[in-house]
Amino acid sequence: MNKNYNFAIYSNDQAGILNRITAVFSRVNLNIEALSVCESEQNGVFRHSVQVHCDHATAFRLSKQLERQIEVIRAAFQADDEMIQQEVALYKIASKSMLEQTLTEQIIHRHHARVLSMNSQFTVIEKTGQRHESQALFDDLSVVGVLEFVRSGPVSISKPMNAEAMSHDMSVFKQNATCDADHQVDV
Amino acid sequence: MKTASMISDNMTMHEKKAMPAVENLTGSHAIIKCLLAEGVSTIFGYPGGAIMPTYDALMDYEKQLKHILVRHEQGAVHAAQGYARASGEVGVCIATSGPGATNLITGIADAYLDSTPLVCITGQVFAHLLGSDAFQEIDILDISIPVTKWNFKVTQADEIPAALAKAFYIAKSGRPGPVLIDITKNAQVESLDFVYQACQFLSSYEPSPRPNQLALAQAASLINAAKKPMVVFGQGILLGGAEAEFLAFAERTGIPLASTVLGLSAIPTNHPQYVGMLGMHGNYAPNRLTNECDVLIAIGMRFDDRVTSNLEFYAKQAQVIHFEIDPSEINKNVHADVAVVGDVKQTLPELIKQLKQNAHPLWRAQFHELHQIEQQKIIQHDLNPSTAAINMAEVIDGLNALHENPIVVTDVGQHQMVACRYAAFEQSRSLITSGGLGTMGFCLPAAIGAKLACPDRPVVGIVGDGGVQMTIQELGVLMQQQLAVKVIILNNQFLGMVRQWQELYFDKRYASTEMCNPNFGMIADGYGIANQQVTAREDLAPALKTMMDHPGAYVLEVVVAQQDNVFPIITPGASVADMCLEASNSNQQEAKTDE
Repeated sequence: MNKNYNFAIYSNDQAGILNRITAVFSRVNLNIEALSVCESEQNGVFRHSVQVHCDHATAFRLSKQLERQIEVIRAAFQADDEMIQQEVALYKIASKSMLEQTLTEQIIHRHHARVLSMNSQFTVIEKTGQRHESQALFDDLSVVGVLEFVRSGPVSISKPMNAEAMSHDMSVFKQNATCDADHQVDV
Repeated sequence: MKTASMISDNMTMHEKKAMPAVENLTGSHAIIKCLLAEGVSTIFGYPGGAIMPTYDALMDYEKQLKHILVRHEQGAVHAAQGYARASGEVGVCIATSGPGATNLITGIADAYLDSTPLVCITGQVFAHLLGSDAFQEIDILDISIPVTKWNFKVTQADEIPAALAKAFYIAKSGRPGPVLIDITKNAQVESLDFVYQACQFLSSYEPSPRPNQLALAQAASLINAAKKPMVVFGQGILLGGAEAEFLAFAERTGIPLASTVLGLSAIPTNHPQYVGMLGMHGNYAPNRLTNECDVLIAIGMRFDDRVTSNLEFYAKQAQVIHFEIDPSEINKNVHADVAVVGDVKQTLPELIKQLKQNAHPLWRAQFHELHQIEQQKIIQHDLNPSTAAINMAEVIDGLNALHENPIVVTDVGQHQMVACRYAAFEQSRSLITSGGLGTMGFCLPAAIGAKLACPDRPVVGIVGDGGVQMTIQELGVLMQQQLAVKVIILNNQFLGMVRQWQELYFDKRYASTEMCNPNFGMIADGYGIANQQVTAREDLAPALKTMMDHPGAYVLEVVVAQQDNVFPIITPGASVADMCLEASNSNQQEAKTDE
């Protein structure tokens, strides 16, 4: 069954590593739905968060292909429902709609959004939440006119009960992770 | 920033014994010094603008480092592959930027699929010109990402030693593979304080995982209890240098042994337990009995689709044990009931300790019975045809009869399958062929590399009339280097394997497979290479003898049957158990998938 899988790919800091990572996905014709890169909790180690829509078997195979890359330290993946996710959305509207219509203020208030920046011409509104929440605000604001809209894509972190599955312990070598322990038979 | 992490890996983890003195050198000289420090004695390449400083430095080291000038960069990388496959060492090739670099790609891809250790060095435009579409600037780093185990761009001279140290370590360790190092021209001409330390550790890379003792015990227990066990082995045995360990394992268990194309010669062909080659054009018994065995023991192989055919019908009845160094291969194509991840050179001896002596006479008799059927229906005819035209198999058989124990290097196509089926191997690393990528044009340059790696062994290239014309310019290397490579052109004036498929699966519509060929003898004459053409059966054996006895290079063209097919065959999409022994049989089956 296809669903959204979120990969947490830890790599060394080397020019071109992002292309190596995305090539693993594009090779099997998967579109990356969301991507963010940042330095991880460990100095000099980068975390690439990649979301793709695929089945579990594909996600498993991709994680192994990712870990095969020399500069990748670890590649773990989890489905959406095993993660806590959040994204930031920014909306640019004409300031006059703020000044002339109380509706705009009501919308912002109702969605628990906030005004990030405002001048005589335009106002930027920020909303942090899940995809459906930022979409709902967009739909409501469309009535007064949205000049520009951007969302970060989800950033995800594993739920506490899955800490073992998504071990961040870099001292655990990647190859020892799952392979030979996963599939043993009773003899 | 990028070099900081790289150097720290190397510097912190190294044994710091015998620190060599620091020398001030140009980047170009540093490149050569790195190669020498890694024990490289032969490299293959082609000069051009962006690599000229390094070629200039090469002249100062002519005695220590032999450079073989090829005629096309594809020849350089295939020759480096042939060198690596014959010797077990890292093959090295060198080319300029732009077209020089892109011409390497086919060979790099071939090495990637066949796990061949290569270090490819390409020149690059000056660092300040990167991204400006400068003359012969191409982003070879990005182009080579999907086909390299690792790659790196060097933009300043002081990055050279660490980059090359890491390149050699990655290329040869674990599951070997090709590495590309792109070096800008300024890095070659600038100077650095040179000190070389071999790389032995990278924090993000575990080349050879420690075997899991529980998995080993489970494997041993399954093997000991098996009534119909079968071993399918691949190149992992050769790459791990585990031929002796494999032989010991085989003889303790008495299990029948079947090889993949790349595993051939890991055990002598005449070993009593050896039951032949797997796959589409492999032998009848091991393919059929793959679907009858109770325990399938895969050793250093990756269940390529040419071996398994349709996975839905592959060994479903069997418990599968997979010995493999690359964790990404476990459960990729075939589910492993027990997976032993590690180097077979380490895992097999630990396994043997837990195994009982066995012989499996009844089970082996089943292989013998099926082999007799193949012998009667196929082999007999292939080796003693009633037709006037010579068969490819007769040529290979004639070569076997000379008992010269050659390294056989093949191209890709019918002749390749016939060579793999019929060549007799006495010694390890005696077959060099393009397996995964199936690269036509591989044979001639790879044979050159093999001969340079093993000058004391006869090297025989077996190539079709199609493939030889893809890299025929490398005859120039045979001429210039006076290399005693023997080239047998099996000329059927067709792209034979494609023609066979057209006959079997495309209604005999022979689209673009018939070839109008040049006079190969005159071409060889042009390069000053001794040659002979054989058209009659009675001339074949003497011609082979003449070829092998000739002290130098030799081109032997054998005109073979035009419309001969390689049998048996597993129809694409069928089960391995449905291997066809004759055309009428295979014609009845529709190809179920487009290959």
